[in-house]
Amino acid sequence: MAEFRVCPDSGFYFHKSAESLMKVNAVVGIVALLVAGLLALGVVLTRWQEVHWLPADTFYMVLTAHGINALIFWIIFFEMAVLHFASSTLLRCRIATPKWAWAGFFLMLIGAVMNNVAVFSGASSVMMTSYVPMQAEPHFYLGIILFAVGALIQVFVFFGTLVVAQQEKTYDGSVPLVTFGAITAAIIAVFTIASGAIILIPTFLWSIGYVSHIDAEMYRVIWWGLGHSSQQINVAAHISIWYLVAGVLFGARPMSEKVSRFAFLLYIFFLQLASAHHILVDPGISTEWKIFNTSYAMYLAVLASMIHGLTIPGAIEVAQRGKGYTKGLFEWLRKAPWGNPVWSGVAISVVTFGFIGGITGVVMGTEQINLIIHNTIYVPAHFHATVVTGTTLTFMAITYLLIPVLFRRQLFLPWVAKMQPYVFGGGMTILILFMLGAGTMGVSRRHWDMDFAGAAMAFEYPAIAYTLMAVGAIGGVLGVVGGGMFLAVAVGSLLFGKKLEPSAGILESFAGKPLAASVYNIDKPEVLAMAPKLKEEHHKGFEAPGTFILAMLLLVTFVVYYFINWKYLASVWPLG
Amino acid sequence: MTSFMPPADRNWWKVPVGRQELIWIAIALVWCIIMFLMMPLWHVYGKQNLSTEAYQTTPAKFGAKVEEMIGKYKVGEEAGLPIVAPPVGSDVYMLGRLWQWYPILKLKKNKEYRLHLSSMDWQHGWSLQPDNINLQIVPGYDMVLKITPDKSGEYSVICNEYCGIGHHTMVGKIYVEE
Ligand code: HEM
Ligand SMILES: [Cu+2]
Ligand SMILES: [Cu+2]
Repeated sequence: MAEFRVCPDSGFYFHKSAESLMKVNAVVGIVALLVAGLLALGVVLTRWQEVHWLPADTFYMVLTAHGINALIFWIIFFEMAVLHFASSTLLRCRIATPKWAWAGFFLMLIGAVMNNVAVFSGASSVMMTSYVPMQAEPHFYLGIILFAVGALIQVFVFFGTLVVAQQEKTYDGSVPLVTFGAITAAIIAVFTIASGAIILIPTFLWSIGYVSHIDAEMYRVIWWGLGHSSQQINVAAHISIWYLVAGVLFGARPMSEKVSRFAFLLYIFFLQLASAHHILVDPGISTEWKIFNTSYAMYLAVLASMIHGLTIPGAIEVAQRGKGYTKGLFEWLRKAPWGNPVWSGVAISVVTFGFIGGITGVVMGTEQINLIIHNTIYVPAHFHATVVTGTTLTFMAITYLLIPVLFRRQLFLPWVAKMQPYVFGGGMTILILFMLGAGTMGVSRRHWDMDFAGAAMAFEYPAIAYTLMAVGAIGGVLGVVGGGMFLAVAVGSLLFGKKLEPSAGILESFAGKPLAASVYNIDKPEVLAMAPKLKEEHHKGFEAPGTFILAMLLLVTFVVYYFINWKYLASVWPLG
Repeated sequence: MTSFMPPADRNWWKVPVGRQELIWIAIALVWCIIMFLMMPLWHVYGKQNLSTEAYQTTPAKFGAKVEEMIGKYKVGEEAGLPIVAPPVGSDVYMLGRLWQWYPILKLKKNKEYRLHLSSMDWQHGWSLQPDNINLQIVPGYDMVLKITPDKSGEYSVICNEYCGIGHHTMVGKIYVEE
């Protein structure tokens, strides 16, 4: 039975069932992003003190829903699509047990809806961390649990597909680097979901009265096994996509397969253990464990990210130089396709993730420095640089690549798409930088009122803190506009984009129906061959000098900013 | 081209790594080691190191200690809260609850105190402003740290862990006198 089609434009093979699953997971993810983006407007327009839009109870409800829909539902649905792509499409293999994958998808959908119902009913405004003993309604936890089980099922289908590919010998040699990165993400996902189950199932039982007490500190330690390592899924996933885009747009080959794969392995071994940086100022956590966990575990993962930070731009530089862009240090970069949102999205993502997200994350994850940062607005600023301008922007960029290939439509409003990464990335970067500043002044996260209206005793932030929050909020509004531009292009393309042959209609796009049966006319795709060998070994000098300079710039920024924070720490009350 | 194709070399793990990558990995590794060393070094030479002293407790037990201290050392009242000036070096208590930090403390500059913190109900964030020291306050745990206020003046303690609808009204005070 012929079940494969080959995309005439990109050469990617799609297995019928896998294709449908990629579409529905991506579409539902994008709907979650739409919800989260609308809610983000409520969040920033309230935190902008001069506007102070929503009342307190609505604000906390909206913030809870924003965090969950964005961080959990948008990102994980989309990641399921990425996993199916990295296994079935890249390995040219049929997807294993598509029925199970559909079951997983529907469980996720039911869970996501159930959780949103709980949150929007107003009695579950507990934030995405749902720290006990503050209690949400039972279906808040149940929704997350169902969602997680569904995700786990789809992850196992991914592993099953890898096994099928190997047994049916659909590829020669080792799996491609992008697939390797996806495997990393999937392995971490299993660990993550296990931690989630260990803590959320008892919490659910507690919410319906079967368990009488959950220790609040134990909850934090285990919850962050979930909360932290799930971020490593995102990192592994978006870095895989960076490699993919480098390959698709530039024909870049990894500088060294060994180094890049080793760096992914470091994520598996270390990053997911490194959850202590969320509990550095909690009661009674031992110093040795904190230092071990934030350095041995975390810094080896930081090392891995620094490696990818060199090898991805480096691979692109080598490829560009090979095409003759050899003038000076940076001609290769200037001549990159800056008008193509796939590239500009990824480029902005690499820079903001590395320079802002990476550096701030390591700084605030330092045992003692966390004292001056914990729970300030600095923290959300940091992770918007990682999960928003990092992961989300990367997923947006790859969506532009996939709309013609997977959904068989041309981009709708291409000029909007062209500007979108700049508007979204730029706006969010403003939000991030100014909230980092406000956090340094002690402005609290998850806080409705900087004026402390109604408090028995007054406290006033310095005026500059208000300015920082206001400018940040303006950047945030710009970010929401950029998010809207993405949605207009993505949804608009599926509805109104010019159809490509073989073409897809609305049901094929939104409901994940396959294309016309006759399109799937390939029984067995050609075996995926190994990449062609390079003619000469050129591993002698500095192949990517421009990248090296950029990497050194990152390092210098890192070092300077790191020690500034120690200096700031030294100025506060001695304590021990 | 090859990031989504199997590596060109079947034995890719035997292909030697380029000089540029090796140098970068070495530099990055050295930086990671420096960052690691900074933490233990700060324990030796730095003055801001969070203690690990903590005890399991209950709201009733902790509340009783707080009241005992207030009974002995109360020196006044402000906004309906007692102001307490405990002796230098003694055990000093502050509790977080919906929605206040209780009581108000009056401390002496450059003197050390053993500060006990706990929550009576949900989690709270003890955030000393404008110095910007932030601690997570967890119910069931008595967190003990030695503090030495080194500047005189009026400090506020705000709450920076979300604790419900009155979260933003949770403002406490610490006075530091010469
Ligand atoms: C579209 C533009 C966005 C804007 C303007 C925005 C703005 C904000 C702001 C200002 C906060 C902090 C509020 C506070 O702590 O008081 C926040 C929290 C948060 N945001 Fe966003 N955000 C955006 C998109 C996203 C996306 C795409 C993600 C995830 C991929 C995300 C994930 C989160 C999370 C997890 C929180 C923390 C919620 C909590 O504290 O429980 N945001 N957002
Ligand atoms: Cu983390
Ligand atoms: Cu609070």
